[in-house]
Amino acid sequence: MGKMFAVILTIIALVSAYPIVTHKYVQPVDISTHGHAIDEQLADTMAEAGLSFVLAQLLLAFFVWKYSSRKEGSKVFQLPGGAKWVIVAAFIFVGTEVIALSFLGQKAWAEVYFTAPKADALQVQAQGGQFAFYFRYPGVDGKFGPIHPDKIDEGNSNFFGLDPANDVESRDDIISGELAIPVNREVHLLMHSKDVGHSFYVRELRIQQDFVPGLDLSLHFTATQTGRYEILCTQLCGLGHFNMKAYLNVLSQEDFDKWMKQKISEQ
Amino acid sequence: MDPALQPQTHVHAPPQGFIRKYVFSLDHKMIGKQYYGLALVSVFIGMILSWLMRLHLVWPNTKIPGLEAIAKTGAPGGVVTPEFYLSLLTMHGTLMVFFVLTNAPFAGFGNYFLPIQIGAEDMAFPRFNMMSFWVTFIAFVALIAAFFIPDGPPISGWTAYAPLSAIGKDAGPGLGWGQNLWAISIAIFCVGQLLGSLNFIATTLDLRAKGMTFMRMPISTWAWFLTSCIGLLAFAVLLPACLLLILDRMAGTSFFIPSGLVVSDRLQNHAGGSPLLWQHLFWFFGHPEVYIAILPAIGIVSHVLITSMRKPLLSAKVIIYSMMSIGFLSWMVWGHHMFVSGMNPMSSLLFSFPTLTITIPATIITLIWLGSLYGANIQINSASLFALGFISMFVSGGVSGFFLAQPSIDIYLHATYFVVGHFHMVMGVAAIFGILSGTYFWFPKMTGRMMNETLGQLHFWLTFVGTYCIFMPFHYLGLVGNVRRYSSFVDDFMPALMPLHKFITIAALLTGAAQLIFLYNLIYSRFRGKPAPENPWNGTSLEWSVPSPPPWNNFGGAHPVVYHDPYQYGVKGQSGDYVMQTSPEKIPSE
Repeated sequence: MGKMFAVILTIIALVSAYPIVTHKYVQPVDISTHGHAIDEQLADTMAEAGLSFVLAQLLLAFFVWKYSSRKEGSKVFQLPGGAKWVIVAAFIFVGTEVIALSFLGQKAWAEVYFTAPKADALQVQAQGGQFAFYFRYPGVDGKFGPIHPDKIDEGNSNFFGLDPANDVESRDDIISGELAIPVNREVHLLMHSKDVGHSFYVRELRIQQDFVPGLDLSLHFTATQTGRYEILCTQLCGLGHFNMKAYLNVLSQEDFDKWMKQKISEQ
Repeated sequence: MDPALQPQTHVHAPPQGFIRKYVFSLDHKMIGKQYYGLALVSVFIGMILSWLMRLHLVWPNTKIPGLEAIAKTGAPGGVVTPEFYLSLLTMHGTLMVFFVLTNAPFAGFGNYFLPIQIGAEDMAFPRFNMMSFWVTFIAFVALIAAFFIPDGPPISGWTAYAPLSAIGKDAGPGLGWGQNLWAISIAIFCVGQLLGSLNFIATTLDLRAKGMTFMRMPISTWAWFLTSCIGLLAFAVLLPACLLLILDRMAGTSFFIPSGLVVSDRLQNHAGGSPLLWQHLFWFFGHPEVYIAILPAIGIVSHVLITSMRKPLLSAKVIIYSMMSIGFLSWMVWGHHMFVSGMNPMSSLLFSFPTLTITIPATIITLIWLGSLYGANIQINSASLFALGFISMFVSGGVSGFFLAQPSIDIYLHATYFVVGHFHMVMGVAAIFGILSGTYFWFPKMTGRMMNETLGQLHFWLTFVGTYCIFMPFHYLGLVGNVRRYSSFVDDFMPALMPLHKFITIAALLTGAAQLIFLYNLIYSRFRGKPAPENPWNGTSLEWSVPSPPPWNNFGGAHPVVYHDPYQYGVKGQSGDYVMQTSPEKIPSE
């Protein structure tokens, strides 16, 4: 039975590694300027972790094969060198990986979180609410009107709680259910939640950030390819969570201007 | 011997009558079995819930016969609704993490074997011990009651993130009394665990037999001892967190709720709270909880392996020190659950480093096991197969942690099936393999009967292959970006992944069904199994020096004296290739 364990474990290890080695399941195309760093780090980690996985499983299988069907009463013996070399090996190999990944590998994180958005970045406000995203553009005045939670009225499409009668800045604000952005221009996303926790996840953008009620968070990113991409909520937000999604519409500058013009005329 | 030099042991009269023997028992062995039984009931409920989830994900219109009787609104006509799916995942997670992974390996086996392994007659505080189980039982009843209230069970996940969990029924179905019951249940559960942890610590420190030095305690006892130290600190944080949540829900406070929230078109009357506070408190408990589940399993598996290999580990001390370092580091890593939560991004880097560092003691433990197999004489049986399977699962679940410990990769993988695959393998399956290994190993001692070996091995093969078929594909789904906690996959690119999801569902149904073999074996062997000898595996530790099952006072009133550490295998002893801890014979190498 020990040999059977060894054989089955070897098969499991190799079958598990096969889809990874053949790149059958990989992340979708990257359309961001920072994503390549994340993808590279993921690939490096996959190589190291994948190798450790296969080696450890094969070693386990080999030892069980060799030492499980010995004659009754066979003499047992210890690995020469004992525990010392095991500890040294763990410190050297894993320690190097730990240091490499935690210090050298933070480039992508820094690119997303430790840089300021450019001054000419397109500002868009994103609101998470049960169970829809809404996006607000500041309009020609470049300013967002203030939010009044008591004025939020979904029935009358006042998703943000604006008061254009009293607030001048609110009058030209543009509200959209999809996030339209121009390609190759930085977007500065100002995030706030209307009710509970939500999250903003676009696989192709390699961006995920929670909406936290009571906390104004912001993100900035640049999309490099036009197209329509899903925005998913990844923070459990209630019964309609699975259906909370919107689209990121990356347009050429020309199409974006057209889109904006049309939105203004609809106001 | 001078009676003053005798180790202090608790003395109580043998239990009389059914109630004292089987219900409100003071005997640590009965309490251990009660915990184990509660975990067994919970694990089967939790498993059935996971079946319902898997079926709903791939065949959403499946009619489940009889389901409507339990969940009238959740499953009209026996078909699971999306909101009931969220109830299922909440209840599955809560039952499994608290009532299975905490109860069985720690409270169950720990209660039964810690006192025997250190040579004590009972726990230090038998009444506290009884109370800790019955408090846990009340927590279980409170949680299960959520299924039977009109509102239905909560839908906020086992992590109960605020403010969804704090606002009340405006936020959705099940967030009224369902969520109240959840918070009350977990608060009560914490009380039970705190009592239990205190008891374990006091017992280990005070009631060791003569000669039982710390380094002569079996690794399993070390694991339970360290786990109780972690549990004492972790549950002491979750308890007040749950009380604050209850206050937010019932007394109108705003610990976790900020101002200006509009839920179901109603402006909420709260101000000043912080949703991140709940996350910090919850994960400050939540990450050590992972080790509360896995350290006892590491202890049990080491104990089983040493006996099965017929030789000592390369170094037991190194395993013990590694477990200590894991326990110590577990307090500095909770933020890795919150990389994209909106906390200061600088702190993500600070949480990432100790998280990656935990890999070092974990690797050392794994390599010690692997290195010890070299030159062994492995006895293959159900217990040792599950122990070897544990090593494999521990490696598989461990390497995926390497990805998630890095904040930048977590941006992409957070909240995907990769995370679900990771924690199910390392915390769920691995810990359950530890429980199963312990069950096959100690069943003869606990019941006086042997389990059926053929059924045990059949159970192992089906479970080993089955769990890999279920959880390995979760990682692939996560790499593609398949997000978790969705009741149905409305994504545009999901159809391509549905065959893999169907494969997982079928594997889950079959692997779950294979557990019935285990249940049958457990019940059949309890009554009809071959009578077990005192020491069926030729073990050295103290539990093998007493009859199977042990008498109510464990050592029949005698005070055992310990002469050796429990790793004397591969030597020329009087009774074979081992020397028992209680045997005064000399060992040449000592």
